[in-house]
Amino acid sequence: MEPKTLFDKIWDSHVVRSIEYGPDVLFIDQHYIHEVTSPQAFNGLKERGIQVFRPERTLATADHNIPTINQHLPISDELSRKQVEKLAENCRTHGIELFGLNHPKNGIVHVIGPELGYTRPGMTIVCGDSHTSTHGAFGAIAFGIGTSEVEMVLATQCILQPKPKKMRIKVNGTLQKGVTAKDVIMYIISQLSTGGATGYFVEYSGTAITSMSMEARMTVCNMSIEMGARGGLIAPDEVTYRYLKALPEIAETFDWAPLILNWRELNSDPGAVFDRELEFNADHIKPMITFGTNPGMGIAIDDAIPTLDDIDGERSTSFMKSLDYMGFVPGMKLLGHPVGYVFLGSCTNGRIQDLRAFAQLVRGRKKAPGVTALIVPGSKLVEQQAIKEGLVEILEKAGFELRQPGCSSCLAMNEDKIPAGQYAVSTSNRNFEGRQGPGARTLLASPLTAAAAAVTGVITDPRELID
Amino acid sequence: MSKDKFTILESTCVPLPLENVDTDQIIPARFLSATSREGFGDNLFRDWRYDHNGNPNRDFNLNNPRYTGKVLVAGKNFGSGSSREHAVWAIYDYGFRAVVSSFFADIFRNNCLNNGLLPIVVPDKFLKDLLSLIERKPGTEVRIDLENQLFTILPTARSVSFDINSYKKECLMKGLDDIDYLLSLRNEIVSFEALKK
Repeated sequence: MEPKTLFDKIWDSHVVRSIEYGPDVLFIDQHYIHEVTSPQAFNGLKERGIQVFRPERTLATADHNIPTINQHLPISDELSRKQVEKLAENCRTHGIELFGLNHPKNGIVHVIGPELGYTRPGMTIVCGDSHTSTHGAFGAIAFGIGTSEVEMVLATQCILQPKPKKMRIKVNGTLQKGVTAKDVIMYIISQLSTGGATGYFVEYSGTAITSMSMEARMTVCNMSIEMGARGGLIAPDEVTYRYLKALPEIAETFDWAPLILNWRELNSDPGAVFDRELEFNADHIKPMITFGTNPGMGIAIDDAIPTLDDIDGERSTSFMKSLDYMGFVPGMKLLGHPVGYVFLGSCTNGRIQDLRAFAQLVRGRKKAPGVTALIVPGSKLVEQQAIKEGLVEILEKAGFELRQPGCSSCLAMNEDKIPAGQYAVSTSNRNFEGRQGPGARTLLASPLTAAAAAVTGVITDPRELID
Repeated sequence: MSKDKFTILESTCVPLPLENVDTDQIIPARFLSATSREGFGDNLFRDWRYDHNGNPNRDFNLNNPRYTGKVLVAGKNFGSGSSREHAVWAIYDYGFRAVVSSFFADIFRNNCLNNGLLPIVVPDKFLKDLLSLIERKPGTEVRIDLENQLFTILPTARSVSFDINSYKKECLMKGLDDIDYLLSLRNEIVSFEALKK
């Protein structure tokens, strides 16, 4: 038999039919929905007079457009409140399970799906959100879709999708002290640029990847879209199985041995052909930070912003527009630059390991005067775990408080906005103009780098603050 | 449900000579609370189009009366970032029917095709020349012939062919809908599910 990639194995086993010179009809195992990108899809079903085809394969949460304080009170913004209510109404009408606001399992869609055991190896997973690539960490094909496609999946549990090309990115070596999964993926994106993987589905492999925890793997896969990739995935292994078997939600649900036996087939065969292969050395990766207005504009934290000599002529207009927005100039160094805001959270870095890393660094230190910190857990379960482990106590002693779960300042649909002109070191995934609020200036970085900025008030190399 | 049909479009163009225009710029997140598809055009490129007092920015090409038309011509890697289909609804609602660039983000391109907005990929050099021609001669008309997959700059008769998969092309030309097609496959989908178990 011809050797196959992991991606091909999963994709091919989900094709209901291939249209000649057209897309495949792909069956979807798990559909996640949220309040912002689903209402128009449900309107479409109503106009057609049809019900959701497989409600049991659909899970809903409210995360993008909710406040992260006083969640017990009615949402003050009328449009946001109506949108969240609309989701609840649609879920009732169609018999869809909803972990809505104030539900003990509520949280960011890409945090709760994995932690509740809905995301498993070999599945096809979609959601009307580009960071659906997160779930690829379990050896699943997971990708973000538009609202018309949400409607397709609600109506038929299938999606029409052209098969993407395949890329393999190997990262071998050992991560240095103070270097995290976030730095690895930011490094890769800085090498490929913001559109460098467009048209591809990426498989990550290599010793630096396989030695990562599931949380860290999710951070890597999460940002695949930031280099344009449809998604990213990692072959499941013992780390994956151990994580899944330990989830209280599903520990007793499955007969694990035969499942795992099947999952062991989920890897790229020796000799499988990729359209593009890249390799990086983890030993050389340093803590990363962005200086511009797309995630490809990243540098090692102790490097200088590129000069115009480094940028080819045609791109210089966009490059300078970006630096003007950020209030930076070519060639400048970022270390020591004052920061007014720090944001820890999002589907990229809102998991328990991220809170642990932040707490570890701020422990015994104090929040810098003049810094406003938004510390937002990715879910209710993460929040509970942080309390249980004593992380909240550490944070409070250092002058930080934990907010309630949600997407929060990552996209700033709610009140969690960074004011115009202010700098924010953020553990989220996008530094686009206005992403965290009109005029806000975002510097993407790891939870450790965010913590270092939070206790010093300036951009600081986290390696200087950890033992 | 049927949609507007796309066959031939002749129009002037609006240039947007910037690279990596992301969907947060096309429609900022704070305008995503609506539960219908209508009305997003008012906030298309909101933070580039208006200053923080809500006054139009004169420098931005959508506010320049010399530039009008149903074709948006944008720099490389247009539509990156968020999967929000609201970006396509905003562009369509504003009045555009085609977007030309040398490179589109994947999800954005799918969203375009699902809403009757034609994404046209042209070579880098062609795009560069087209942008500078429009800036020199703002009334420049182009012709988009979907059936023959041909994009022509009318005054110079310079043409370039563009790719589109034949299934999507037929959908656009006939105003057909993917969901109607998928619904027609429901029996096949049920059999597939049974087989999978």
